Amino acid sequence: MNRIHNIHGGIHPPERKALSLPGQLRTAGIPRQLVLPLAQHIGKPAEAIVQVGDRVLGGQRLAEADGLVSVPIHAPTSGTVSAVELRSVPHPSGLENQCVVIDCDGLDEWLPLTPLVDWQTQPPEALVAHVRAAGVAGMGGAGFPTAVKLLASDKHSINTLIINGTECEPYITADDTLMQVSADAIIEGAEILAYIVGAQHILIGVEDNKPDAIAAMREAASQCQRDIEVASFPTKYPSGGEKQLVEILTGQQVPSGMIPAELGLLCQNPGTAVAVRDAIIHGRPLTQRIITITGEALSTPGNFEVLIGTPITHLLSLAGFQPEHNRRLIHGGPMMGFALDSADIPIVKTSNCILVPTEQELPTPPPPQACIRCGLCAEACPASLLPQQLYWFARAKDQEALEAHNLFDCIECGACAWVCPSNIPLVQYYRAGKASIVDTRQEKVRSDRLRERFEARQERIARETAEREAKRAARKAAAEQKAASGNSEDPVQAAIARAKARKQSTEQAD
Amino acid sequence: MWTLIDNYPLLAALFALLALGVTFGGLLGFASVKFRSEGNPLAEQINEILPQTQCGQCGYPGCRPYAEAIADGDAINKCPPGGEETIQALANLLDVEPEPLDAEHGTEKAPMVAYIREDECIGCTKCIQACPVDAILGAAKQMHTVIVSECTGCELCIEPCPVDCIDMVLRKSGIEHWQWPLPDANRLSIDVIATDREQAA
Repeated sequence: MNRIHNIHGGIHPPERKALSLPGQLRTAGIPRQLVLPLAQHIGKPAEAIVQVGDRVLGGQRLAEADGLVSVPIHAPTSGTVSAVELRSVPHPSGLENQCVVIDCDGLDEWLPLTPLVDWQTQPPEALVAHVRAAGVAGMGGAGFPTAVKLLASDKHSINTLIINGTECEPYITADDTLMQVSADAIIEGAEILAYIVGAQHILIGVEDNKPDAIAAMREAASQCQRDIEVASFPTKYPSGGEKQLVEILTGQQVPSGMIPAELGLLCQNPGTAVAVRDAIIHGRPLTQRIITITGEALSTPGNFEVLIGTPITHLLSLAGFQPEHNRRLIHGGPMMGFALDSADIPIVKTSNCILVPTEQELPTPPPPQACIRCGLCAEACPASLLPQQLYWFARAKDQEALEAHNLFDCIECGACAWVCPSNIPLVQYYRAGKASIVDTRQEKVRSDRLRERFEARQERIARETAEREAKRAARKAAAEQKAASGNSEDPVQAAIARAKARKQSTEQAD
Repeated sequence: MWTLIDNYPLLAALFALLALGVTFGGLLGFASVKFRSEGNPLAEQINEILPQTQCGQCGYPGCRPYAEAIADGDAINKCPPGGEETIQALANLLDVEPEPLDAEHGTEKAPMVAYIREDECIGCTKCIQACPVDAILGAAKQMHTVIVSECTGCELCIEPCPVDCIDMVLRKSGIEHWQWPLPDANRLSIDVIATDREQAA
């Protein structure tokens, strides 16, 4: 049994997890229409390969991955493509993005699936290719293409696979429910992942506020020949951050700018493990997930198995939405989620929760006040940063100082803003600071290229002018030389003489 | 030797200083020839900071000439495409006070790229000759088009176009270019604590 370690900082917000009845899974069924955004993951958006009017079957590819860091998108059920157009997507900007829209026919006809039989005898590369083709992207929230993360094992030797069942955000119970209802599938998925990356140990980390999930996982792990450890540790937000979980379970801190793979560790979400298992054992692409629909503005909140692309309105009606009590709609949890402008937005691969609170439950934050330099934020920061300093630097747009104070180690968990007595929206300052630094870096690369192009053009123009000058000088020199050598006759006189001679000859002919 | 120094201390001191002067002078002279830097290193550093739009709004034919002018003492606030950020960076480099952008040379705006309405293009090649970074593709009596990734948004192609078929469009639009905005610190007077605000009112 591993010793459990503590992380710096962290907070204990009210959990409210019982509200969504963890462990009970309901199905959302097939809605009338599915909207599938082409960008549901980190990296380049997929490229649509279907046209309006096409009939598609479940599991059929709707969009191809564009490049290495990208994933394809599949039809979650059968139907007709009714549009490929800009639609509202779950994004903090509220902007629209390209989506494939399917009018479902309710028949749920599927293409024949292609499982990878005897995966134990296949090379890991074949399994990774299968995972890539199934469109699996990290289901914990960030949506990084899983195949790309698995390729990290080529560069670093991985000895431990960590399944991150922490789910530390208040309200969310999607992973909790998954661990209770499909513990065997998670274990099987973990075995496949461990085989792909060549990990000897499998460690499953779960916070101790999920006793049923821990029991279910321990039971499933004991059935398995492999030595799988299920570790439980005290509940604290944000223990589920990748680097935070690594420190809790192993006592090792992942250095700034490095990834856990460089310490021989690979973290995966339980939902991702199940998606990988479905891709390999059943040949099923990622077309559904478990999502928590919760909040006091619902009469029957709960966890639902939904098809990717299901509109939120459909789920709200299943959960007994009471619009008169609700003021805002949050995609994700109360700590790291963002507000949505409308419910006419689809569920994507990374959606783990839709929070529909009443105003008393999650009040609108009061206006920010001046920073009183109390230092609570520095005590709460799980990455041991100095949130107050970062706040001043972000306000002053001092990019150098922000980087020097390790802004990029910030995991945007919101613990600092939660403890701030002045209600300063600290995380938004950090997000803006990060965005502007990334933008400056990209602009620098661009301006260097533009300078090269400008200088190359200047050089070319100078060379062409010099060549023209040289040619003109050569012609002039040749003419002068011709004039100087022998033919002392004046060219004008010579021309007059030639004309006279021609005139004479024509006269003679007459 | 010691007796000589003892007898003529003043002369000895003078001689020693002279010898030191000659030695180090020689060394410095040698170094200035041997380690001579080509071009103007300050202009080079300034050019690194300028946005390389090559638009000429500063009054110089390109970013490098302006960089050289700044190195020779010209004002640092003549570059509208670089805007406030560039002025700040130049002020830091040169250790001078940042000044607001000189409105005479234009105003700061979002980065743009040129877009040729291709069915109206007559293929005159005038824009190709005007483009400072060769970002327009085409040939005589053939349609022209802009290589978006290389266009600096300098607007130098607009004026020569005889049929006015070039538009400037936003370079960064849509969801993939969206950024979290900095919270507006001035919207609420957050730097005045509540009791002070009451006193001020």
